[in-house]
Amino acid sequence: MTQQTSVKEPTAEQVADQQIYKQMGVSDSEYELICGFLGRKPNYTEIGVFSVMWSEHCAYKNSKPLLRRFPTTGPRVLMGPGEGAGIVDIGDNQAVVFKIESHNHPSAVEPFQGAATGVGGIIRDIFSMGARPVAVLNSLRFGKLESERVKYLFEHVVSGIAGYGNCIGIPTVGGEVMFDESYDGNPLVNAMCVGLIDHDKIQRGVAKGVGNPVFYVGPPTGRDGIHGATFASEELTEESEARRTAVQVGDPFMEKLVMESCLELIDSGIVLGIQDMGAAGLTCSSAEMASKAGNGLELYLDQVPQREDGMTAYEMMLSESQERMLFVVEPKDEAQAMEIFERWGVICAKVGKVTDDGRLKLLHHGEVVGDMPVHALVDECPIYDKPSSVPAYYEQQAHVDTNRYDEVTDLSGALKSILASPTVASKAWVYDQYDYMVRTSTAVRPGSDAAVITIRGTRKALAMTTDCNGRYVYLDPEVGGKIAVSEAARNIVCSGAEPLAITDNLNFGSPEKPDIFWQMEKSVDGMAEACRVLDTPVIGGNVSLYNENTRGAIYPTPVVGMVGLIHDTDHITTQGFKNEGDVIFVLGDTFAELGGSEFQKVIHQVTEGRPPALDLDIEKKLLGSVLSAIQSGLVQSAHDLSEGGLSVALAESCISGKLGASVALNSDNLRHDLLLFSESQSRILLSATPAQADALESHIQSQGVPVRRIGQVQGTELQIQVDGKQVLAEQVNNLRQVWEDAIPCLMN
Amino acid sequence: MKFAVLVFPGSNCDIDCFKAVEDTLGESVEYVWHTATDLSAYDCILVPGGFSYGDYLRCGAISQFAPVMTEVAKAAEQGKYVLGICNGFQILTEARLLPGALLRNESMKFRCHDTLLTVVNNQTPFTRDYADGEEITIPIAHGEGNYYCDDATLKQLKDNNQIVFQYGHNPNGSLHDIAGICNERGNVVGMMPHPERAVDELLGSADGKKMFTSILKAWRDQHDAANIR
Repeated sequence: MTQQTSVKEPTAEQVADQQIYKQMGVSDSEYELICGFLGRKPNYTEIGVFSVMWSEHCAYKNSKPLLRRFPTTGPRVLMGPGEGAGIVDIGDNQAVVFKIESHNHPSAVEPFQGAATGVGGIIRDIFSMGARPVAVLNSLRFGKLESERVKYLFEHVVSGIAGYGNCIGIPTVGGEVMFDESYDGNPLVNAMCVGLIDHDKIQRGVAKGVGNPVFYVGPPTGRDGIHGATFASEELTEESEARRTAVQVGDPFMEKLVMESCLELIDSGIVLGIQDMGAAGLTCSSAEMASKAGNGLELYLDQVPQREDGMTAYEMMLSESQERMLFVVEPKDEAQAMEIFERWGVICAKVGKVTDDGRLKLLHHGEVVGDMPVHALVDECPIYDKPSSVPAYYEQQAHVDTNRYDEVTDLSGALKSILASPTVASKAWVYDQYDYMVRTSTAVRPGSDAAVITIRGTRKALAMTTDCNGRYVYLDPEVGGKIAVSEAARNIVCSGAEPLAITDNLNFGSPEKPDIFWQMEKSVDGMAEACRVLDTPVIGGNVSLYNENTRGAIYPTPVVGMVGLIHDTDHITTQGFKNEGDVIFVLGDTFAELGGSEFQKVIHQVTEGRPPALDLDIEKKLLGSVLSAIQSGLVQSAHDLSEGGLSVALAESCISGKLGASVALNSDNLRHDLLLFSESQSRILLSATPAQADALESHIQSQGVPVRRIGQVQGTELQIQVDGKQVLAEQVNNLRQVWEDAIPCLMN
Repeated sequence: MKFAVLVFPGSNCDIDCFKAVEDTLGESVEYVWHTATDLSAYDCILVPGGFSYGDYLRCGAISQFAPVMTEVAKAAEQGKYVLGICNGFQILTEARLLPGALLRNESMKFRCHDTLLTVVNNQTPFTRDYADGEEITIPIAHGEGNYYCDDATLKQLKDNNQIVFQYGHNPNGSLHDIAGICNERGNVVGMMPHPERAVDELLGSADGKKMFTSILKAWRDQHDAANIR
């Protein structure tokens, strides 16, 4: 066979002798394995194909042993990890499809396109399952917003997300944004998409039926994004800037046409298998589709639509040009498929054939330019059990007393400082740039605990959120992992929904470092346990490693994307206080827990100690009691206590509801600043009408959950008394101004 | 009464317009492809929002050349009701069915939020169910909604009572706080805010409903008048 297609490309011998495979992230031992599978040395195209298929991004070679620890099944799970996205039953022959994915490295070097194509990629994952995408969320992390570089990244990531989501017409309904020096130079951009599907429309990425034609849909392939998957699987360095060409360029208009035409194709019932070309483009989609069917695939590269002249097989196979899909139909249905794409003005070309020999064979200019066993590409990448060791910092933090700081007596000043911290402050600057209302189903807009999307023709609705506090996970990965899942569940329940399942995006530093691998291991354990106890299986997700900057790894940030089911739109609940005179309750107990808190960071400029403790049995009881109270119609507002603790939750409920509150607390010998700003877990703020207050209180008590009646919705001021003495009084309008102005002031 | 919702490549509020007609009026409504060459079956044509042709070149600039736009011009000429919302408004100005142009927002950013509007002209077929000067909440979602025209045109708009909606708090730098205008005859309206997104309290506001009920009422009156003759 011919070893190369271009005189410029190295020969198989040169790949071996000059160890060119190493530049592609393939180790010596992996190279030996590949030679074994081929029975010869791989040529340049083949080693390229193997390198992306065996990258962390595609093969999860460093994280697979950890991912196996997650619970992935449940009575409602229709499809778990492994396909484009997971699927959960929501009754009436309907199901919800969702997944989260990262685009961290591309966004670090080219924030607009990096973020935009992240959104485009996750949307394709959803509609390739046959689902209609109905919402997008984003989980973003940036360095300190005071730095010019961070402002630049923040501004362009947000406009990249807006540019893509707005144009394609899928509402961007929520997510979170947090700021911490830990993410300087390595922002996190995780995008989640949620779709709806009827059970009988579910598609899989399989190349079924020997002899069937394989079609390529979407814009022509260019030289953009070559080796994107490999780029995503290494650390960012000074040289990363030179990798800008590994970042793809998105065209949301094209994706809209590809989406509509593919959904119409799927609707016609003729599709045997369909998959998007995401990371590693044509390579990954073709190999995976063949593998899932136990078949082989021949690709005729001359037929691949090309944007540039003289593209080599290597370039075509590794390009990550956007908005492309691959599908298989029976020969008799070819004309029908072609007609659909013609009408939508979308390019569709026959580029291959399903074979029975289990090989991925590439033909170009009449020659075989690649011939590889599919199973070797998809299933044989070595899986590494990386060494893990407890980091020194973790041992040291055990001895830090987080109550050692002098008591803060200006509680009003502290509250305002925290409300002005970009992590807590209003994100309207961000979400006002997103069209969060298109498709007219957004019942709860960005800014509450979770976003809510109604389902037309039913009384059901979906609640969705993303959560993760990287500071907690850094200080104690196992507890932090539990908190991430629990907080997501709390947000879902506070919206009136029953938590269904999660998708996760594991953002960590380099797994080659034993202390980083230890963080991964422990946080996965914590998350897995929480998922088991709270009955929210992991139905899919993404792993993003090598997130490091010049100072080292980012905070471990396993982002949890959770979706919940609201059984009746009457149950939809928001965080804002509703009526003057309503009674306010706080559920759960407050302890002296400042480790990793916003108060500790903003007031004392440190992140240290242990994070708040979390007892999953208590959490489960809390969630059950609140959900049943909401479903019984006893609750006017519900808000989870998170960053900034009780005082910030009260302020947010006042601001959202445009109402004041008068609150009286017992200190129970807790220092006042701890009482107001501790971030103890498993706490929720509820309000109820005076007529229903007793019923709510006894309902919560009957479930064994601590509940305290702390005050009432009243006037225009937030007033807090402790042990009969006023410790804080602020006009809600002043608090609102501080909270609303913080990010715009920094950005303008 | 029969409504058409136009579909250009990249339209994305077409479904919302369709649903709004279905839910608020229960009248007949159909999607009409950009390639259509006959609109004679329809009484009202909705030109929906979105990013037709990706908004490449300039918002609405490519859509004006779609075959269906010749028919829209014909329908407008015949006195049928034409409502352009957001990108639809941009298309109608590009097609010269409405005067002026929509520039980038003063903030240079896409803006999505509720806006307070004043109904300045409740004499059009689209606004007759509103009180004169009524204040309503309708959301916006656009990057290019900054209405602009020359002084002579503005004078004409004012003199002819062609300004239909004004913003309470100008979100985009629009001249004279203009949110929506009509042609001289009053049968073609273009507006940046999205009334089709404001037909259900559960989703935030139902203040847009009256636009749809107004159209139906206007059509019935016209229809009845025609029958009597």
